[in-house]
Amino acid sequence: MNVLKTLVLGAALLASTSVMAADLRIGLQDDPDVLDPHRARTFVGRIVFTSLCDKLVDINEKLDIVPRIATEWSWSDDGTVLTMKLREGATFHDGTPIDAAAVKANLDRARTDSESLRKSELKSIADIAVADASTLTITLSGPDAGLLAQLTDRAGMLMSPASFDNEPGQNPVCSGPYKFVERVQNDRIVLEKFPEYWNADQYHFDRVTFVPMPDTTVRLANLRAGDVDIIERVAPSDLETVKGDAAITLASVTGLGYQAIEVNVANGAKADNPLGKDKRLRQALNLAIDRDVINQVVGAGTYQPAHQPFPPASFAYNEEIGSRSRDIERAKALVKEAGFDRVPFELTFGNNTIMQQVFELVQAMAAEAGFDISLRPTEFAALQSVLKSGEFEVGQSGWSGRVDPDGNIHQYVSCQGGLNDAKYCNEEVDRLLNEARTRSDPATRVKLYDQAQAILQEDMPVIYLFYLPWPFAHKATLEGFTAYPDGMIRLEGVDFSS
Amino acid sequence: MLKLTLRRLLVAIPTLILVSLIVFSLQKLLPGDPLLTMAGEERDPEVLAFLREKYRLDDPFHVQYLAWLGNVLTGDFGRSLRTGVPVSTLIAQKLPVTLQLAVMAIVLALLIGIPAGILSAVKKGTATDYAANVVALSGVSIPNFWLGIILIMVVSVQWQLLPASGYVPPTENFLQSLRTMLMPSFVLATALAAYLMRHTRSAMLGVLSSDYIRTAKAKGLLPKTVILKHALRNALMPIVTLTTLLFGELLAGAVLTEQVFTIPGFGKLIVDAVFTRDYAVVQGVVLCTAVGFIFMNLVADLLYVVINPRLRHPQ
Repeated sequence: MNVLKTLVLGAALLASTSVMAADLRIGLQDDPDVLDPHRARTFVGRIVFTSLCDKLVDINEKLDIVPRIATEWSWSDDGTVLTMKLREGATFHDGTPIDAAAVKANLDRARTDSESLRKSELKSIADIAVADASTLTITLSGPDAGLLAQLTDRAGMLMSPASFDNEPGQNPVCSGPYKFVERVQNDRIVLEKFPEYWNADQYHFDRVTFVPMPDTTVRLANLRAGDVDIIERVAPSDLETVKGDAAITLASVTGLGYQAIEVNVANGAKADNPLGKDKRLRQALNLAIDRDVINQVVGAGTYQPAHQPFPPASFAYNEEIGSRSRDIERAKALVKEAGFDRVPFELTFGNNTIMQQVFELVQAMAAEAGFDISLRPTEFAALQSVLKSGEFEVGQSGWSGRVDPDGNIHQYVSCQGGLNDAKYCNEEVDRLLNEARTRSDPATRVKLYDQAQAILQEDMPVIYLFYLPWPFAHKATLEGFTAYPDGMIRLEGVDFSS
Repeated sequence: MLKLTLRRLLVAIPTLILVSLIVFSLQKLLPGDPLLTMAGEERDPEVLAFLREKYRLDDPFHVQYLAWLGNVLTGDFGRSLRTGVPVSTLIAQKLPVTLQLAVMAIVLALLIGIPAGILSAVKKGTATDYAANVVALSGVSIPNFWLGIILIMVVSVQWQLLPASGYVPPTENFLQSLRTMLMPSFVLATALAAYLMRHTRSAMLGVLSSDYIRTAKAKGLLPKTVILKHALRNALMPIVTLTTLLFGELLAGAVLTEQVFTIPGFGKLIVDAVFTRDYAVVQGVVLCTAVGFIFMNLVADLLYVVINPRLRHPQ
């Protein structure tokens, strides 16, 4: 050991490790895809956009909508016309002003570009008109309660219209507190401070570098070694290490997304399985799973149990459903009632360590109620195809979560839902969810969601397991960092203590 | 020598076409749809259809392959489906990294492996020999990712001596570049040095028992001269073969080591590309590493001629 130490010491003395105090390095779990908010797909991409591209509105920690480029807004009485007042003096990174025409150009591109993935998010928009340089009028085809929430994310992000034809995915010219410097795929994305940003005083770093580090152990080791300043998604098994190290701080929050399993009820031949055909067996499986065990054993206390698609932070969260727990006797009775002694089925999931642990627990707990689960770990890319094509009996389903409750439920359980791989279809659920979309009053929406949830708890096409946490860790010297339920890293007011 | 080089280059062409065809077929055999994988939660059917058309993913297999081959012949390797970056740009970014890692690893491996092999052959049957063998065996047996993580924990986290990750081009800051690459190249070198040590040892043992070595010793030459000048030079042939092959393998990227030390080389690029079914990137990188491997074989053949004068004038 001593020889090694001397050797390494010799090599290390050749140079020093000093890093500029005003630089921030962030370790991400994956490498983002294109840096064009309209065409981008990845979660980590959204983290980069949070610093790179400003948006019309944002959320605060309680999920209230707060102003960014839009300083105030109002709805017409029937909820179909949204008038937005824009911030004076804000500019894009190329120096052109962010005016109503530029915002319109962005929203129009997001709605119509052939590769835009924001079309469904902005589907309710019928027309956008420039009232004057700082006023925008958005007319909807019908009321859309979730529109403002969509504008807090990529759909509401603003790029310089002059850059639209200049491969913005590779050379983004955006509007955020930091502007694009360079990117080396799989290695780093470098941003530097945009001094003309309207709120530049609140952003304290000269440079922000995002480094993809897929391995959780490696990510944490880099934070402890001082090579990065913030990391996202600390592994549950590493939480003890983080808490035991005085030089780093844990900032964890329950997210908006969830992990679940879905039962193939009508997607092709594999829907012809005991669970797909009999809802009592789905109810029994749901009752057999003890979420607290998953939370303690796999999540080290960060996998908050979930029985519904809405996270506790959402106004649509139903307390009564959320407080349910395991009932193994009732589960056994339901299996008997359905005429089964043992129920064999196959559970398909993505093969990583965490999911393997989760589903081994599910397998063991469900066995007590009479289920014989064979686990089928599947490589991630293949899993996507398997789920879409219906080549599964019961499959893993997960969602990173959205601010508006609609985003967490509609696509998964409505008849034509884009992510409804189980092909569950119930006209009453569709009617309730569609109506909830059009009501602006939260209380009314809650009632509608409660009714829809009552049906879903009975039919049980999706069995929710836990909410995804967003555990960040950062250097203890970093001050002002807050974990938001949407998992984004907001650098406003964040700085190193002097 | 020129004739040999030219002939080898001509033979390389069908090899490369075959390699690219096999890799292309294997990729198409894999389950999973690149667009669906990349879309993840954002599966807009209209956009997927548009992209399918744009990247000609629905064309029959041979049409897709020939289109790719045609583009390659005009110097166009296509673009990454995931990020839209041209594959040639990606290769240009990653090749220097992989090359530097490969060169440093092989140099370290040679510096450790050959002296250890010579020592262990000369001191055959002694404690030194057994010790060298045990170290070599551990070098091969210890998994790279484990050694890598342990090194990071000790050297970077505990002692704070070397950076835990990252890559700095030598043109930007030469010393910092060496520092970032030291641990990963050492991790790679441990296994390679073990192979080299074993091969050097057996080649040296073969040579040391031959008649001309006895003659050289009888002439009263210094042991150092006998071992380094007479024995080692003749024992070098298998070592050269092994070194060039190992180097060729390193050019394909060192997936686990790159992952642990967050080095943006070929290994990480190709693994990501396989996972996201980013066909053009996989094809481009495989083609590039195949060229590297063929080139290293040529280098080996040329080195034989340099080392062994008898090969210079074939009868």
